[in-house]
This record gives sequence, C-alpha cells and structure tokens, in this order.
Amino acid sequence: MSDLLTNVTLICLILLGACMLLLLYRVIIGPSNPDRAVALDTIGVIIIAMSGLLAILTETTYFNDIILLVGILTFIGTVALAKFLEKGVIIERDRN
Amino acid sequence: MKQFRTNDLILKTTTTIIAFVILAFSIYLFLAGHNAPGGGFIGGLMTAAAIVLLYIAFGIGTMARVFKWSSTTLIAVGLLTAIATGIGSFLFKQPFLSHTFGHFHLPFVGDFELATAMLFDLGVYFTVIGVTMTIILTIADDQNEEKSELG
Repeated sequence: MSDLLTNVTLICLILLGACMLLLLYRVIIGPSNPDRAVALDTIGVIIIAMSGLLAILTETTYFNDIILLVGILTFIGTVALAKFLEKGVIIERDRN
Repeated sequence: MKQFRTNDLILKTTTTIIAFVILAFSIYLFLAGHNAPGGGFIGGLMTAAAIVLLYIAFGIGTMARVFKWSSTTLIAVGLLTAIATGIGSFLFKQPFLSHTFGHFHLPFVGDFELATAMLFDLGVYFTVIGVTMTIILTIADDQNEEKSELG
C-alpha cells in the first residue's frame, strides 16, 4: 500500500476520532433525550466510517460485512429509541 | 377526549423496503459462513432484527396474523435439525456429529460444494431466531398492560 494512502487514512481516522469526542460531549451534556438519540445515531455512522478506513488500513475485505451490520443495527436502534421517546412503548400490542 | 392514533406512514413504508434488504443480508451471512465471516448465529440474529423491525413498525396484533409460527416452535425445530445431523452420521457407521462434504453439479450454478455442516448451521439459525424472538416478545407483551391502562 502506498505511503500517501496510509497517511491520508490515518489523518481521516484521527479526524473521525475528534468528531466522536465532540459527539460524546453532546451525548453526556445534551439538554434533552432526542439530542442524545441523534448523537448516538451519528456515532454509529462514524463507527461505519472508521471500520471502512480500518479495512483500507489492514488491506482486508472482511470488514465490509461489519459495515453493513453496524448500519442495520444503528438504524434499528435509532428507530426503537425514537419510538420509545415518542410513544413510551416500542412494540405496541394492537394497532388496528 | 379520545387520543388520536399517530400516523407513522414513513416508518411503515421504509420498513417494508428495508426489512427485505436485512433478510437478504442475513441469508447471505448464513450462506457465507463457511469461507467468510458469518454463519448461523449472526445470520439468525440479523433475521431476528428484521422481524423486530417489522414488529416495531406494525405492532403485535398485525404481526400475529402474518407470522403463524410461534417462536418457541422455532427453537424446537432448530434443535431437532441440529440433532438430526448428528444422528444422521450413525447411518453411515460414523461417530456422532461427523460431517462430510461433496461436489455436486447444480443447474444454473455449476459445480458446487455442499457440506452437511450447513444443515447443522441451519439448526443454529432457527434456534437463534426462536430464542431472540421469544425473549423480545415475552418482554414486550405484558399481560397486565390492559389492566394498568384501564385503572
């Protein structure tokens, strides 16, 4: 792997780490619970980006499944959290 | 005053698309387990995730009409499949749970390696789906919920 690609990947990883620290600040301080939910969702997106960069860094394709997996889990978790914040129940008994 | 039921059209429409993507991904993970990361456990968890997403979007009442299988039956089916692959090796005078594989010529696919370890993985798959759905639905479906709502 070329030297340039390694440097760019490392710089991107450091920047994503800084983003995650700022999001962690929002999760801890965040005035309301929806703020925390959005910050956690964005942390999931950053985890996806980090695993993509790690796949470049370690020159493997086995991280690609992890990327899709984290995306799906983040989506389901955010949907469940949003539904809990809105209605108080995640799985309703009868809708119709 | 009777409270209006909220209309989550966006959630339902997205769920109908994304649930099929998750199911396809889970089947891919299940089939890829021999040569790549994946296998019965994570495939079953992903299938359970798709079903949980459907439950979140549509509720228990609607999903009970769609999924006729009870989740405890799935545990029994999975465990029986896993045991049957173990017992099947007795038919060929081999020790318990000895597995084999062979190359077959399938239509449209060509030469393909089929292993009996996949049948054992299928048992793991069904068991994981059954256990996960049993846990989640048992927690979600509280019997005393109606009483507390009335009182």
